[in-house]
Amino acid sequence: MLEFLETITGVPTPLLFGQILLGLINGAFYAMLSLGLAVIFGLLNIINFTHGAQFMMGAFVAWMLLTWLGLGYWWALILAPLIVGATGVVIERLMISRLYKLDHLYGLLLTFGIGLMIEGFFRNQYGSSGLPYRIPAELSGAWDLGFMFMPVYRGWVVVFSLVVCLATWLVIEKTRLGAYLRAATENAALVQAFGVNVPRMITLTYGAGVALAALAGVLAAPIYSVNPQMGTNLIIVVFAVVVIGGMGSILGSVLTGFGLGVIEGLTKVYWPEASATVIFVIMAIVLLTRPAGLFGRA
Amino acid sequence: MASETTAGPMPATMGEARGFLGYSRAQLVALVILVAALIVGPYFLYPVFLMKLLCFALFASAFNLLIGYVGLLSFGHAAYFGMGGYIAGYTAKAYGFTPEVAVIAGAAVAGIQGWIFGWIAIRRQGIYFAMITLALAQMVYFFCVQAPFTGGEDGIQAIPRGRLFGLIDLGPDMSMYWFVAAVFLAGFVMIHRVIHSPYGQVLKAIRENEPRATSLGYRTDDYKLVAFILSATIAGVAGGVKSLVFGIATLTDVHWAMSGEVVLMTLVGGLGTVFGPMVGAAVIVTMQNYLAEMGAWVTVIQGGIFVAVVLAFRRGLVGEIAHLLKVKL
Repeated sequence: MLEFLETITGVPTPLLFGQILLGLINGAFYAMLSLGLAVIFGLLNIINFTHGAQFMMGAFVAWMLLTWLGLGYWWALILAPLIVGATGVVIERLMISRLYKLDHLYGLLLTFGIGLMIEGFFRNQYGSSGLPYRIPAELSGAWDLGFMFMPVYRGWVVVFSLVVCLATWLVIEKTRLGAYLRAATENAALVQAFGVNVPRMITLTYGAGVALAALAGVLAAPIYSVNPQMGTNLIIVVFAVVVIGGMGSILGSVLTGFGLGVIEGLTKVYWPEASATVIFVIMAIVLLTRPAGLFGRA
Repeated sequence: MASETTAGPMPATMGEARGFLGYSRAQLVALVILVAALIVGPYFLYPVFLMKLLCFALFASAFNLLIGYVGLLSFGHAAYFGMGGYIAGYTAKAYGFTPEVAVIAGAAVAGIQGWIFGWIAIRRQGIYFAMITLALAQMVYFFCVQAPFTGGEDGIQAIPRGRLFGLIDLGPDMSMYWFVAAVFLAGFVMIHRVIHSPYGQVLKAIRENEPRATSLGYRTDDYKLVAFILSATIAGVAGGVKSLVFGIATLTDVHWAMSGEVVLMTLVGGLGTVFGPMVGAAVIVTMQNYLAEMGAWVTVIQGGIFVAVVLAFRRGLVGEIAHLLKVKL
């Protein structure tokens, strides 16, 4: 069976599956980050350019909790999103909320500036070489799946992020709070007229989107080294993912995120030179054929 | 909150009688001051610094053509600036092109690139347009990291300035300065001839109300695409000249941070003002010069300026002055 697979794919199976797994992990980050962007965009109508910096902050807060307070990975998984989400709430109240009456481009420029400040600050404090964060003992080691070795932590990242995405979908589609959220996305003024505190909902939505980015950052900390630039390059790819998927549907962005991660992984096997650009090329093709995105509404 | 800015990314232009070459009287005064400053500048300031400033001023003016007059935020203009630099540098070094031909080659490639990218990106508007141009520029960045002719991390080094038209040696800083000043002035005047032409009026109509421009029978996508190509080409000129000035073309100029910097320059100077981009470029380049040893704090300060301008100062420096004097600059 495996030999047969090797014959038709033309590459050693462990290599192939290894790259698919790596692709799934990158896809998990794409999915979680584009989900956060989509939720924020739905209600606030801004693209949160700070998202990459907030992803990086999640990883850094995890590192700080461990180094300064001795609080390990599991605590970080709960505390880091809360802490970074709280900074998001402050940013929304102090700055972003002043721009809702203006052209949406100003929101993009403002959050870009905030992102620069955060990234520059961390680069000053911690340099750009990166800090190590160890995989928690419970999740270290690897399973032998017969055709490849699967590091436990990587499996955990894929499964956990799927659960998070599913939970987000359930909250938005199946709860009362989610119903308010969807209604406010359609027509905020009308929802406010029904007595819902829309400004507070907007603030909390931004906080939640940011917390999602921070959670992804905690997940990423043991895989990549914790460094100030880890979010910026990622967020540009995530922008492309968002354009490809369209921001209309939540499951759509999750599916697009994982799918593109896998495609990127496969490109690493067959044409390594193109792996850094393949997502952008797909974006161009999608724009030429379905300008609204795969799951978007025009 | 300034409510007049809700319509577009910049305040609406005031109607005013058109004077010489479409410049208003205030603009003409400013233009005369500019030309005078270009002439006496190198006798007071370090010419290389001035040349760097002029390259960025032209780059920012090209960017402003899109954001200020068509309302398109291109967040990937470094792709054209950097590519112009690479092509001009490579052709000057490897093929011995004279400086003017090298710059034209760089501008041509940047323009073709702008044609393709513009054609893809104008399918979406607003925030999506910004994200798409950024993503396409990142693709160019990764291409430049790997492509053999760019020299990867080292970049193209020791690019000769060469002889203008094969005759005038541009090696000395002062000769190079006059070349750069002439290119800048030509690009600058050209951009504003375009803005004041009937074509430019249609661009402004698209910025103010695209559906209405469409209903009047204008093929708005075509107009936007031509503006995009023009802007990319001039950005390519600026990049090409910069690589000749410094004798080096590197990944810095195609990086997204450069795209952010040109946005910042234009924003600080004033979106949609004629003289704003160059003032903004002067402010940011000077700041970088003085703060160079502060390392990453420069990034923090730049981010802080972004935040301050967007929150409190959306007209920009020149925009504020023009508002105070009640003139168009």
